[in-house]
Amino acid sequence: MSGQIYFEDIGVGDSLPALIKRPTPRQLVMWAGASGEFSEMHYDKDIALQKGFPGIIVHGMLMASFLAQLITDWMGEQGDLKRIKTRNEQFVLVKEDIICKGSVAKKYVEKNDHYVECKLWVEDRRGERRVSATAIVTLPGQEADKDVTL
Amino acid sequence: MNEISSITEEFVKLIGIEAEPEFWEVEKGHIRRFAQAIGDPNPLWQDEGYAGKTRYSEIIAPPFFLIDAGLVKFVDRLVDMCPDKANINGGTEIDFYRPMKVGDTITTVAKLSEVKEKTGKSGPMIFLTVEVTYSNQEGELVARCRNTFIRR
Repeated sequence: MSGQIYFEDIGVGDSLPALIKRPTPRQLVMWAGASGEFSEMHYDKDIALQKGFPGIIVHGMLMASFLAQLITDWMGEQGDLKRIKTRNEQFVLVKEDIICKGSVAKKYVEKNDHYVECKLWVEDRRGERRVSATAIVTLPGQEADKDVTL
Repeated sequence: MNEISSITEEFVKLIGIEAEPEFWEVEKGHIRRFAQAIGDPNPLWQDEGYAGKTRYSEIIAPPFFLIDAGLVKFVDRLVDMCPDKANINGGTEIDFYRPMKVGDTITTVAKLSEVKEKTGKSGPMIFLTVEVTYSNQEGELVARCRNTFIRR
């Protein structure tokens, strides 16, 4: 994590630093244990095939958590995640390379809070989208900081 | 009536009925294992020394940590109503009101809020939307979560 980002520093269309992931069977097992999501199609290939998937698939909530990692890293310790909405568009198979990306869609001030809306998504190596999401965060403003120091 | 429609009818009967509240303690080791499973090294989730100097003054949980409380278990019960079908997570919507901190006791209340039946490429599918409310030991609202699952 780098230094704190401020509301004034960002502009609509800015990209968020990308996050590359490659979920392994080990990671899926760790996730199952930590999240309580024990559905067998996430660690038993026979069951995944029986349910109609070409192999073991990655938990949707794990991918959502990757996007949450991306946005919380970007907003920094003084940022607040207010809302996140994810939509799983296409499943991801275990050991697939995926890239988590984001960009600033909107920024506005409401009741002295500095809001930023970001589009987030997970794509594969070919740039095909697997998960789409929207996140709303508040960021510190440099103006507010000046008020404090005065 | 086909098999899927009769299952859908069973689900429709459950709409809006709140499950008994469940209580869940936020534990430091659990948060650490959760962050490690994501591969998320943010010190706010793991480093007491760092977190102690922030405005939170202690370790807080990553955003999706709350799914272990209330949501997963409630969904498992719905899944058991038609165990032969694949359960696909359609998407999640969470509004966050307060951080979840180590030592908090979270009360969750879950309900099924929406049921839809659609016909897809691979046959009939049921869309279930579950809503969970999370509050802490002070009675303050911590988060609200809506999750849609597809049974096909």
